Amino acid sequence: MAASLRELRQRRQSVTSTKKITQAMELIAASKVIRAQQSARRAAPYTQELTSAVAAAAVALPGQIDHPLINPVPQVRRVALLMITSDRGMNGAYSSNVIKAAARMRKRLESQGIEVYRYAVGRKIIQYNTFRSLPMVATWEGFSDSPTYAHAHEIADRLMADFLKPYEEGGVDEIHAVYTRMESMLTQTPTVRRLLPLEVVKASATDATPTVEYTPQYSFEPDPETVLDSLMPLYIRSRVWFYLLQSAASQLASQQRAMKSATDNANQLIETLTRQANQARQAEITQEITEIVGGASALAESS
Amino acid sequence: MALPDSLLRVEVVSADGVIWEGEAESVIARTTEGDIGILPNHEPLLAVLVPSAAEVLSSEGNREIVALDGGFLSVAGNRVAILSGYAKMAQEITLADAEVELAEATKNLEAGHNDETTKHHFDRATAQVKAAHRMAGRH
Repeated sequence: MAASLRELRQRRQSVTSTKKITQAMELIAASKVIRAQQSARRAAPYTQELTSAVAAAAVALPGQIDHPLINPVPQVRRVALLMITSDRGMNGAYSSNVIKAAARMRKRLESQGIEVYRYAVGRKIIQYNTFRSLPMVATWEGFSDSPTYAHAHEIADRLMADFLKPYEEGGVDEIHAVYTRMESMLTQTPTVRRLLPLEVVKASATDATPTVEYTPQYSFEPDPETVLDSLMPLYIRSRVWFYLLQSAASQLASQQRAMKSATDNANQLIETLTRQANQARQAEITQEITEIVGGASALAESS
Repeated sequence: MALPDSLLRVEVVSADGVIWEGEAESVIARTTEGDIGILPNHEPLLAVLVPSAAEVLSSEGNREIVALDGGFLSVAGNRVAILSGYAKMAQEITLADAEVELAEATKNLEAGHNDETTKHHFDRATAQVKAAHRMAGRH
């Protein structure tokens, strides 16, 4: 009985220290998620300016735009899947949701006879693929909760290079990205988006710039084609940058939630264990009293 | 536009956010075709920039210098936007740091890493050194 009491107390101790850790992680995630959301907001003006500039350049070009990053490939044979997960666990289902969404996408593509190349961001997906010995074309890790533009730059340039490579040399025909969209602190949805080739819809491109009351007749330096040419890579980078920022914010929000429920669970466990320990202590005392009373009455009877 | 006709509304935007905004009398930047000066009531323009140091003469009379790693410039209705992924204000750059960066980038380039990233790094460092020099020359 005494051993059981000690055991219960030990377990309570260990749950208490776990709770301290999860509570600390919850607070850290809470402060980081605010910072992540702020940097996502700060990146917005860049994306906006870029989008309206791309729209302006597209409008200025007469007829169908002919650009390698825009033209769809008639026969899609190989697709790159960029998957963005976290580096560490403790985020609830964050990484596995992305992995599941990516697996669904891959199945769909493979059922159409399209080959899928994997591009992995975040240690979780890398471990997942390595464990199953699934081949990956390129991997990046170590910045899942605080990405910088330089990371987005590197990833985007690699993707663009592979996209522009001919099929025979290992190039891909389309690039899809699986990231987690931050809808609110409570909802984060894994999302699949086509990154390349870009879809340029001319009509909606002009509608997309309501901040300018009119679409001015821009003059271009040196000319619309060159401007569009140099805007395209910037635009792709800013897309990837957007995905990374959204994923980082989602990851932290998810972590905060997971750690909050872990702390709640720990509290519940501590309560139960305390009750059990108290009960065990009571039982022990009762037993001792019974033994003493029993012993005393036995003595009294024998004398 | 609610702005007075004699001023430009300038925004310098990097991927990390708006790094400078305010009213200005003129903007000087280097495009692929050469230096360009923007004064109020300039016609709408989209221009591709090369890695360089751009200058904004603010309405308070300050000469703001910003290091750009390329990007582009858009002018519409007295609104000027300078976009560059790694844009950095010159006062935030120390010449020593920029020169270390440049030396590193040069070393990489000479070591035969002739890829896009290294070139970009070199361009960026060059622009920052230029901006820092100009900043130092101002005082």
